[in-house]
Amino acid sequence: MKQFLAFVKKEFFHILRDPRTMLILLAMPVVQILLFGFALSTDVQNVRVAILTPKTTVDVNRIAFCLGQTSHFDFWGYLHTETDADSLLRNGLADAVLAFNGAPTPQHPFGKEVCIILNGADPNTASMQNTYIAQMIQNTLLRMQEEKGESRPKVQAGIRLLYNPQMKSSYNFVPGIMGMIMILICAMMTSVAIVREKETGTMEILLVSPMKPLVIMVAKMVPYFLLACVNLATILLLARYVLDIPIAGSLFWIIAISLIYILLALAFGLLISTLVETQVAAMLISAIVLMMPIILLSGMIFPRESMPSILQYVSNIIPTTWYISAMRKLMIQGVDISAVIKELCILSGTLATILFAAVHKFKIRLE
Amino acid sequence: MIRVSEIWKSYGKTDALRGISFSVNRGEIFGLIGPDGAGKTTLFHILTTLMLADRGHAEVAGHDVVEDFREIRRCVGYMPGRFSLYQDLTVRENLELFASVFGTDVQSNYGLIEEIYRQIEPFNNRLAAKLSGGMKQKLALCCALIHAPEVLFLDEPTTGVDPTSRKEFWQMLRRLKEKGITILVSTPYMDEATLCDRIALIQKGNILQTDTPAQMVRSFGHPLFAISSVRRYDLLLAAREYPEILRCYSFGETHHLLFRGTPCPDIFKQAMRMSGFDDIEISPVDPTIEDCFIQLTSL
Repeated sequence: MKQFLAFVKKEFFHILRDPRTMLILLAMPVVQILLFGFALSTDVQNVRVAILTPKTTVDVNRIAFCLGQTSHFDFWGYLHTETDADSLLRNGLADAVLAFNGAPTPQHPFGKEVCIILNGADPNTASMQNTYIAQMIQNTLLRMQEEKGESRPKVQAGIRLLYNPQMKSSYNFVPGIMGMIMILICAMMTSVAIVREKETGTMEILLVSPMKPLVIMVAKMVPYFLLACVNLATILLLARYVLDIPIAGSLFWIIAISLIYILLALAFGLLISTLVETQVAAMLISAIVLMMPIILLSGMIFPRESMPSILQYVSNIIPTTWYISAMRKLMIQGVDISAVIKELCILSGTLATILFAAVHKFKIRLE
Repeated sequence: MIRVSEIWKSYGKTDALRGISFSVNRGEIFGLIGPDGAGKTTLFHILTTLMLADRGHAEVAGHDVVEDFREIRRCVGYMPGRFSLYQDLTVRENLELFASVFGTDVQSNYGLIEEIYRQIEPFNNRLAAKLSGGMKQKLALCCALIHAPEVLFLDEPTTGVDPTSRKEFWQMLRRLKEKGITILVSTPYMDEATLCDRIALIQKGNILQTDTPAQMVRSFGHPLFAISSVRRYDLLLAAREYPEILRCYSFGETHHLLFRGTPCPDIFKQAMRMSGFDDIEISPVDPTIEDCFIQLTSL
């Protein structure tokens, strides 16, 4: 035990005496949460919309007024020719053009056809804007019909967004960032730290000592485990109080599942360190084999449902996918633990497997 | 204290050790002398249980290196060739860490390291990375000794260390030997061989000869001469051309010379004068370990 504590102390010295690394480790989650929460959001905000119409009628004016009312849109102004609309979009002065074709009549207050022209270069944003604009027109039309005393259509599809009524993208990112940061800190940093001992030759001396090699490894993981816990707390606090994400479910289970995930990431780090000999190799494996699939395939940024089925299968074997899923359910949906039993089992099972593999592959000698 | 018999080890197709056997007695300084790539480090790795041999047996302090590796790791001290302490820890922190790793503390065996440690004590709070080469080596030795090992393995401890520090280092080893520690030390420097109790000359994975330095020099068996001239390189070539000469090689400032049959230095000197080496000097010298090594490797 004394051996173990002395070793943990030494490991803390390594981290504390490298302030740059420590700054990155502690500041990274904060920066990422703030970036994803505010700057990199895909929320529809201040979309500049111009209206292309042959004639500015009262009804058209009303649409323009509605555009100016919400924070989603800014009304740019009226246009009268297709060429104007085209050059406006090309020069990036507006994000969307709402085109009314044909002369307005009492039956068709906006002409025969309404067309939304969007910038398809960014399809995700365009489709979001499309939804918002179409919804806005629909609402305006309904209200106009009501005012004229016409009856509403008998059946109407209403939309109610559960859990995230304002469709904030930060609800989506926060669990994703948690999934990524833990892998980065636990898997990448621990594997690099362990391999560094091999590279500098200190592992040789440590192996020729009564200290059990596995104890050395566990001692090396302790500081990173604590760092990950600090980060977990930071992320949860930022999510709750800065991004206003309600932590709807049980905090106990959110933390419990996160701890399992942190241990899983540590086991990954240990496994990587048994497979490679240099810090560069450890870094590359962590970055390419772990980080890339996590960012691209875990559903952190891109929805899994829109992936080709083969990638969905790949996505299924990434533990982060299940962690993110569990976190979304617990944090955002606020469901009971029984709803994430599947995720919990998969994460625990993977933890056991990886840990077994890492301990099995673990070498008590140099080769 | 150490018994090595018929150890073989290869890396892929290269044989690093080809059937090495020797033994080291309790309380002696045993030197493993040979050039880089002779297999010294591989042998150290096998004896310190860091590597498994392909074939053969070895015992350290009565424990088998494969079966009882845990026992060996408890009772030996190992100082690798490369400085392998924590550069971002201070002198004192390194020492305390290794004391804890070996389940002891700095005080318990202080007597053993006191003499060496006192020289680096003024730098207690300096990071190991900022120590000079000689200081690093003293710290590494302290760390290897902190648990009072029965056997000390030193892999090329004096490589890259200045001559004064090297001399001091060997004095320290002698004092450790007096305290009953068995020391296996490897070095590429032939001149350090005489400081060992017994030595083994090793090259290309083979042990050429094992003996005390004095006995090894005595068994050289040939009268040896040193020749010198201002035109050193030309003299070396000319001497090699001379039919009566068995071998001639550079040795420091001079060349060492062996005759095929009965030595005839005067006739040789005359012949060289005739060839234009007016200033040639020739005198008998005592063979050194390096002469033995060259003799053995050119057989």
